[in-house]
Amino acid sequence: MKVFTSTFVAALLLAAGTAHAADPNLGRNLAATCANCHGTNGKAVKGSGIDSLAGESKEKLLQKLADFRSGDKPASIMHQIAKGYTNEQLGLIAEYFAAQK
Amino acid sequence: MFQMKRRDFLKVGAAAGAMASMYGCAVGNKAGGHVVVVGGGFGGATVAKYLRMWSEGAVQVTLIERNPTFISCPISNLVIGGVKDMADITISYENLKNHWGVRVIQDEVTGLDAVKHTIKLAKGGDMSYDRLVLSPGVDFMFDQVPGLNNADAQSKVLHAWKAGPQTVALRQQLEAMKDGGVYAISIPKAPYRCPPGPYERACLVANYLKKHKPKSKVVILDANEDVQSKKPLFTKAWNDLYKGLIEYRNNSEVKDVEVASNTAILEFDKFKADVLNVIPPHQAGSIAAKSGLKLVNNRWVDINWQSMESTNTPGIHVLGDAVFPAPTMPKSGHMANQHGKLAAAAILNLLAGQEINPTPVVMNTCYSFVDEKNVIHVASVHQYDEKTKLVQPVKGAGGVSVARNELEGKVAMAWAKNIWADMLA
Repeated sequence: MKVFTSTFVAALLLAAGTAHAADPNLGRNLAATCANCHGTNGKAVKGSGIDSLAGESKEKLLQKLADFRSGDKPASIMHQIAKGYTNEQLGLIAEYFAAQK
Repeated sequence: MFQMKRRDFLKVGAAAGAMASMYGCAVGNKAGGHVVVVGGGFGGATVAKYLRMWSEGAVQVTLIERNPTFISCPISNLVIGGVKDMADITISYENLKNHWGVRVIQDEVTGLDAVKHTIKLAKGGDMSYDRLVLSPGVDFMFDQVPGLNNADAQSKVLHAWKAGPQTVALRQQLEAMKDGGVYAISIPKAPYRCPPGPYERACLVANYLKKHKPKSKVVILDANEDVQSKKPLFTKAWNDLYKGLIEYRNNSEVKDVEVASNTAILEFDKFKADVLNVIPPHQAGSIAAKSGLKLVNNRWVDINWQSMESTNTPGIHVLGDAVFPAPTMPKSGHMANQHGKLAAAAILNLLAGQEINPTPVVMNTCYSFVDEKNVIHVASVHQYDEKTKLVQPVKGAGGVSVARNELEGKVAMAWAKNIWADMLA
């Protein structure tokens, strides 16, 4: 499972690394779909109990998403949501949040 | 009389533009202009904030809202169930004004001219726009329930399907009901606002009655063939928590109401309740439904899913419950917020003369309380599909809770705090 997971993360990173979005705002737009729960630009309301994503490293975010998808990381809802995005989209999202201060 | 002074906007716009370039606007969005947003709910407040944020103040935004404050429909069933109060679901528009520079005007839009790009305000005269966003929510079709087609009847047999005074009034009716009374809630045929909402309300009313008036009963009169959302989870909650208290009746469309006797008239039957809560069928809010925008089934606005723009009226974008939904897409506050962001991105591209994003994504999560602590969710992700020109649910993604649980009760409140902040803070 771990092997699969790290291969998967590598695939995610590769997809993200080679992504040349025609629209420079694609990452921003995709990340905004997460903001309902994780806060505008990944800054969750303090004390709300939801993880802020802003400023997290891209690798860490992609690892978490990969673990949600594989089931390695137990979740109430994120395993269902992570499966709705392509690898390239997850890469753009992680990149966007990583760049937020 | 208030007159929108476009000159002032242009001045402010130029100043904001200068500021953005001072900050070294990273993405180089050249959008400018004036966007008018009608309706300050989950869709309208979101698009207003995101237009200001993403344009770094270069686009002027006016939000027209008829109410002085935002009152959230999500979580309002907890007020009806006596768990939360109105203060918990009421939020000011001050941050939109002061932090984001949205011009918030409390008024009512009575008409629009899609050719001249103007709207008409009840108090404020005419206002021009470069792009218009309509996020009017729903209007109830009281003509479908003739006995309710007057103000007096509507003050007695409540819907409480728009959070506000009716939420308080329904709570009062439940508090005044005798032990041994019957609360009945009627659900219109789908599509309606918030598919799981009526079933959640039945649970939370039953939760209150079980503790305080245990001889009472809750009856769900559903016009639909079956429970419309999270069926196994709701059914299990009714059996486990409210056995003998909640009764579910399918194919039970309320055709009319005798207000004097609190009686719902069904096709072949009548049902008398102590507290009768009728949610009438609804359609797009009137400004969207009656302005010449193309409708589907004469009720919902037909839109382009890459931009939320009306399919027959350029320059007008429509959000939230007022649109004809894409396949399996619920009419929810969460989804309206997502529509707001999709529209904000497209509007900024269009104002800047750029291509719009050809492959937008939206997603939904919806938490329902089955008692004051335990919650069940449904989630989905919807990706744009070129073939059908619709956002389509992603197969294999999304789903529901394994079982009701208290952890998601906490997450549900966290969701509320974060989505309210995402719109209004």
